[in-house]
Amino acid sequence: MAITTPLELVCPAGTPAALRAAVEAGADVVYVGFRDETNARNFPGLNFSPTELAEGVAFAHRHGARIYVAINTYPTAGRPEAWHTAVARAEDAGADAVILADLGLLAHTAHRHPALRRHLSVQASASNPLSIRFYAEQFDVRRIVLPRVLTLEEIGRLTRQIPVETEVFAFGGLCVMAEGRCALSSYVTGQSPNLNGACSPAEFVRYDQEDGGTQVTRLAGFTLDRVPDGLPAGYPTLCKGRFQIAGRAAHVFEDPVSLDVTGMIPDLVAAGVKALKIEGRQRSRAYVTSVVAAFRAAVDAVARNQIVPPGTLATFTEGGRTTAGALSRRWK
Amino acid sequence: MTPPRWNRLAMPNPTTTQLSLGPLLFNWPPERRVDFYRRIADEAPVDTVYVGEVVCAKRLPLAESTLAEVIDRLQRGGKTVVLSTLSLIMDERELNHLKALIDSSDLMIEANDVSAMHLLDGRPHIAGPFINIYNEGTLAFAGRQGAVRAVLTSEVNGHAIAAMARSNTGVTLEVQAFGRLPLALSSRCYHARHHGLHRDGCQFVCGNDPDGLTIETLDGQPFLALNGTQTLSHTVCSLLEQAGALQNMGVSHLRLWPHDVDMPAVATLFRTVLDGRTEPADAAEQLSSFVGFAAFANGFFFAREGHRFVHGPWAE
Repeated sequence: MAITTPLELVCPAGTPAALRAAVEAGADVVYVGFRDETNARNFPGLNFSPTELAEGVAFAHRHGARIYVAINTYPTAGRPEAWHTAVARAEDAGADAVILADLGLLAHTAHRHPALRRHLSVQASASNPLSIRFYAEQFDVRRIVLPRVLTLEEIGRLTRQIPVETEVFAFGGLCVMAEGRCALSSYVTGQSPNLNGACSPAEFVRYDQEDGGTQVTRLAGFTLDRVPDGLPAGYPTLCKGRFQIAGRAAHVFEDPVSLDVTGMIPDLVAAGVKALKIEGRQRSRAYVTSVVAAFRAAVDAVARNQIVPPGTLATFTEGGRTTAGALSRRWK
Repeated sequence: MTPPRWNRLAMPNPTTTQLSLGPLLFNWPPERRVDFYRRIADEAPVDTVYVGEVVCAKRLPLAESTLAEVIDRLQRGGKTVVLSTLSLIMDERELNHLKALIDSSDLMIEANDVSAMHLLDGRPHIAGPFINIYNEGTLAFAGRQGAVRAVLTSEVNGHAIAAMARSNTGVTLEVQAFGRLPLALSSRCYHARHHGLHRDGCQFVCGNDPDGLTIETLDGQPFLALNGTQTLSHTVCSLLEQAGALQNMGVSHLRLWPHDVDMPAVATLFRTVLDGRTEPADAAEQLSSFVGFAAFANGFFFAREGHRFVHGPWAE
C-alpha cells in the first residue's frame, strides 16, 4: 500500500515552554489560548500574553509548525470587547487559525477578519452534517473539531458528507456530555466552563482526611469521591465522580478514565479525518513532550502502513486507564 | 445622561410578560400526557405551550403517538402551540425526522440544535434553550436567521438577560422560570447505565421516573437528577420572586417546565404575581406546597451556583 499523508497532529500548550516542547517533539500544530476568560482552559498561571503569542508563532513558523488560537468560550452579554480584541490580536500575531464556538463571535470574525482562517471548536458541539454545513456556509469555517459523542462509524459518514476538514480528539480528558452544552460545573461552583473557561476549577477542590484514613474529595462542598487510605484520590472532575442512586454507589456518568484512540488511528485515516487533537493545555511540559512524541511515532507509522508502536502513555492517563470513548458504540 | 430619542423609543415595552409551558422533558405514558395537556388546555393560564420530544430520539414514536390529539386539544383551549425539536442530533435517522417535522408542520418551531436553525433559515421560528445564546451578538445573528424569540440557556444570569433585553435585536426573550433545569446532554444514556443496560436495549427505564431519578453524593446529599441522556438539576428552579424584575426588563415569556405536580396551580401563581395580584413572598410560600420532591433554587439568576436559593430583591 502506498504511503499516505500522516494525520495532522494538533497539540496543546499552556506556556511558551510547552509550545517549544510540542514543536520539538513533532507537533504539526500547537493550539494555545490567551491569558483570560476567552479560552476554555482559563486556569491560573496558564496561557499566553499577546507578545508571547507573537513569539510563539514566530518560533513555530521557523520550525515548520503552525499555531491555532482557541477563543472558544461564549462572550459575556454586555461586554463582548474582550473576545473581539482576542480575535484581532490572534490575527496580528500571525496565528494560522482561530478556534471559535459562539455564533455571534463567528459572525463578527467572518465579517471583520475575513482572511483569518476559522475552525469550529468542539465547544459548539456540531454533531451532524446539517449543523456543520451551516457553519461552513454562514462563516466559511474550514475545519470542525468533532464532539467526543460520535462513534467511529458516525465520524466516517459525517466526514464524507461535509465540505470541511474534521479534527478528532485523540488523547486526554474525556467529556462525556455534549461539549459546550453542559452546565454541571456551573451549577456546582457558580463558574461556567462556557463563560469563564474552566470546568471543575482547582480553587473549589478540597481533599480531606477522615477518621480511619478515608480520603474525601470535594468540589465546592459536594463530595465527589471517597477512597480508602493508601489509594490515590483522583482530581474531582465532576462527571467522573462517584455518586449514589437509590443507595447504590457508582460512577454514574463515567469512570475516571482518559481518552486514547491510538489503536484506532488507521480507522480514523480511513474515515477521512484530517487531524488528531491532543487535550491538555493545562498539563505539564513533560506530558506534552511524551504524548506528542508518542503520537508523532504512531501517525507516522500508520502513514507508512506499519504497525502502531505499543502504548507508552499509561502514566499520563487518569488512573492509568483509557477508553476509546464514544468511538466505540458499546460506550453509549 | 439622557439616552438618545431612538433609544428611549426602543426601551422594553412594558406590556405584560406571558407564560409558556416548555416541552415535556420526561418519558410519561400516553394516557398521562393526554390527561396532563387536557388540564393545561382548560385550566392553566399559559399563553404558549411547547410540545414534542427534545431529549431522546428513541422516545419519538411513543411521544408522537398522542401529539396530534394533544395539539388539537391545546388549540381548542386557546393556546398557541409550538413544536420543539430534538436537542442532540447525531445520525441520519434523527436528521430525517427533523426535516420531515419541519417540512410538514405549519406550527411555529422551536429549534434546539443548529441543524434545525439551518433548516428554518428565513422562516420565523424560536431559538430554543439548547442553542447557546449567551450574548447580544448571537441574539442578533439568530434574529437575522428568522428567530423571533430566544429561550435562554439554564445558566444565564440576570445581568446577561438585562443586557440582551436592552440590545434592540428585535428578538424577544424567554427565561426558564420554573422546574428542574436542563444541565447537560449526552449520547450515552445514564438511566440505562444505572440499570445495567445499554442505550440500544434500554427498555425505556427512564419512564419509571416522572420527574427524573435522584442522584445523591456519597454523603446522601441530593445532587442531580437523571432523565435518560439528559442530566437535570436536583433543585427546582423558581424565579417567582424575580418575575416582576424580569417583566420590567422586558422579558416576553417566562417558561415553566412540566412536572408531575399541579401545573395549572403553579401557572396561576406566576400569573397572579406578574399581574400584581399576589405578593411574591406569599406566592413563593404557596408554591412550596405544590412541589414536594426537591428544594427550590434561583442561583443562576443571581450569577451564583445554580443550586443556591438567594433571598432578596434583584438589583442590577
